Amino acid sequence: MSALPTPAPAHDGTDAEARPVFATEPRILGLPASAWPRLLAPIVIGVLALGLWEFLVRWKEIPPYVLPGPLLIGQTLIADWGTLSGSLWITLRITFMALAAAVIVGVALAVLFTQSKWLEMSLLPYAVILQVTPIVAIAPLIIIWAGDINLSLLICAWIVAFFPILSNTILGLNSADHNLINLFQLYGATRWQTLRHLKLPAALPYFLAGLKISGGLALIGAVVAEFVAGTGGSSSGLAYRILEAGYQLKIPRVFAALIMISLSGIAIFLATSWISHLLLRRWHESALKREN
Amino acid sequence: MDTAYLSTPHAVRSSEAKPLVCVRHVSKQFANGTLAVRDVNLHLGAGEFISLLGPSGCGKSTLLRMIAGLGAPSTGTIEWPTTSHDASGEPDRDLGFVFQDPTLMPWATALGNVMMPLTLKGVRKSQAQERAAEMLALVGLKGFEKSYPRELSGGMRMRVSIARGLVLRPKILLMDEPFAALDEITRHRLNDDLLELWWKERFTAVFVTHSVFESVYLSKRIVVMAARPGRVMADLDVDAPYPRDDLFRTSPEYAHLCRVVSGKLKEAIGS
Repeated sequence: MSALPTPAPAHDGTDAEARPVFATEPRILGLPASAWPRLLAPIVIGVLALGLWEFLVRWKEIPPYVLPGPLLIGQTLIADWGTLSGSLWITLRITFMALAAAVIVGVALAVLFTQSKWLEMSLLPYAVILQVTPIVAIAPLIIIWAGDINLSLLICAWIVAFFPILSNTILGLNSADHNLINLFQLYGATRWQTLRHLKLPAALPYFLAGLKISGGLALIGAVVAEFVAGTGGSSSGLAYRILEAGYQLKIPRVFAALIMISLSGIAIFLATSWISHLLLRRWHESALKREN
Repeated sequence: MDTAYLSTPHAVRSSEAKPLVCVRHVSKQFANGTLAVRDVNLHLGAGEFISLLGPSGCGKSTLLRMIAGLGAPSTGTIEWPTTSHDASGEPDRDLGFVFQDPTLMPWATALGNVMMPLTLKGVRKSQAQERAAEMLALVGLKGFEKSYPRELSGGMRMRVSIARGLVLRPKILLMDEPFAALDEITRHRLNDDLLELWWKERFTAVFVTHSVFESVYLSKRIVVMAARPGRVMADLDVDAPYPRDDLFRTSPEYAHLCRVVSGKLKEAIGS
């Protein structure tokens, strides 16, 4: 029984050199070189469009109550910042509370559904009904039932936002590698262990895709619900400012509020994309950058 | 026919110690009616290196999965005479499993993947890390602990998978065509390293393959199977001594053994 010769380390030739090569890019001002065109192209287009808009408004002498120019909108944004920023805060608060509730309820329901086929069979249809019913149509009912206006806005925004998280997370939890599930079975893993160490990590990319969609939807839900509710008084969000300014023919203010909503939506999208990138960059194919 | 290296069927051989696993009259019929395995009898002895060799569709993977406890046989029993059984009569199958794909968790590092069986068994984290790192070093991946699966080559991923299979120091390692997807050079190197590991760690290896050359190079014993329905056609001992290396791979004995086993396999396919 002679000893075998010790093998050479595995990482000395064929194997190590077959590893994927990860591209390292030159950086300009801290950003990868390839990121710059993606950043600059939309900005250039935007500036050109705004210039054309301002030019047309001045040249055709369009009155501001029909179409204000970008410069006037900018001035209004600054002049009305006090009222508008207060409203922005209200709308954003409802948006984020609705998104948080959507994440908690969506993930919790998805986990429950994958643990019990019976629960999924009996409850999922109702989640779908909730999703396909136009929020504008049920918002008045919710406002009557909930009593408190902020609570009803929150419920409306939540209904719109929660379904993408639910359905994406269900898909993710069910898409764990079947052989890995077998392996967990072999090692006698408990349900909780399988969920914690296998199904939840496998569902993460799907959940994050859902989160990106739901972030925008929560904002839309909050704004739409407020349009329907048409609240007044001190705690009024951006949608109410738009309605109010519309009645008063303060069209530049309508545009200013619209811009704030759009910018908020973009900010939410960027934030969720960034979170997604941070969580997936080490391992997921979607974040993989390879040299061919 | 010269049988200097290839001895009589296994069943006739004088019995050694109690076998680790006894497969008795096992058949498996799937829900769609396919008879995957028919009346298989097999004894897996401690410390053996056994290859299940056969064409695709001969039920060798199904048999391997049943031994692992993944899917019960339709008829017949699989016994573990030397291991303890729990209250429900389930044997404490002390085994590791290596799939055809590396089947790693992409979100975990090489170390995290090898630690997984230890974590599931409730081993303390620091201890699990230490044990997993040792295992990675043993399969030649020292220094790659923090690499994610996608940063590793196919051969290295398979090494991680083998390390994971062995990290609990199981009595038996089941491998389902583990090297089928690798290139020839990587496969040869992994064959050598697997033999080396088997020699050092003294586990029982059950290796499913459709390659005659691979099975002869690795095994003490080759179980040749036929397809439709899957059944055992021959049970051959390979008497060439270990350690085996490139010298063996190029020797006339090896060529002769391959010829004989190929013949058996042809018979099995033709039957």
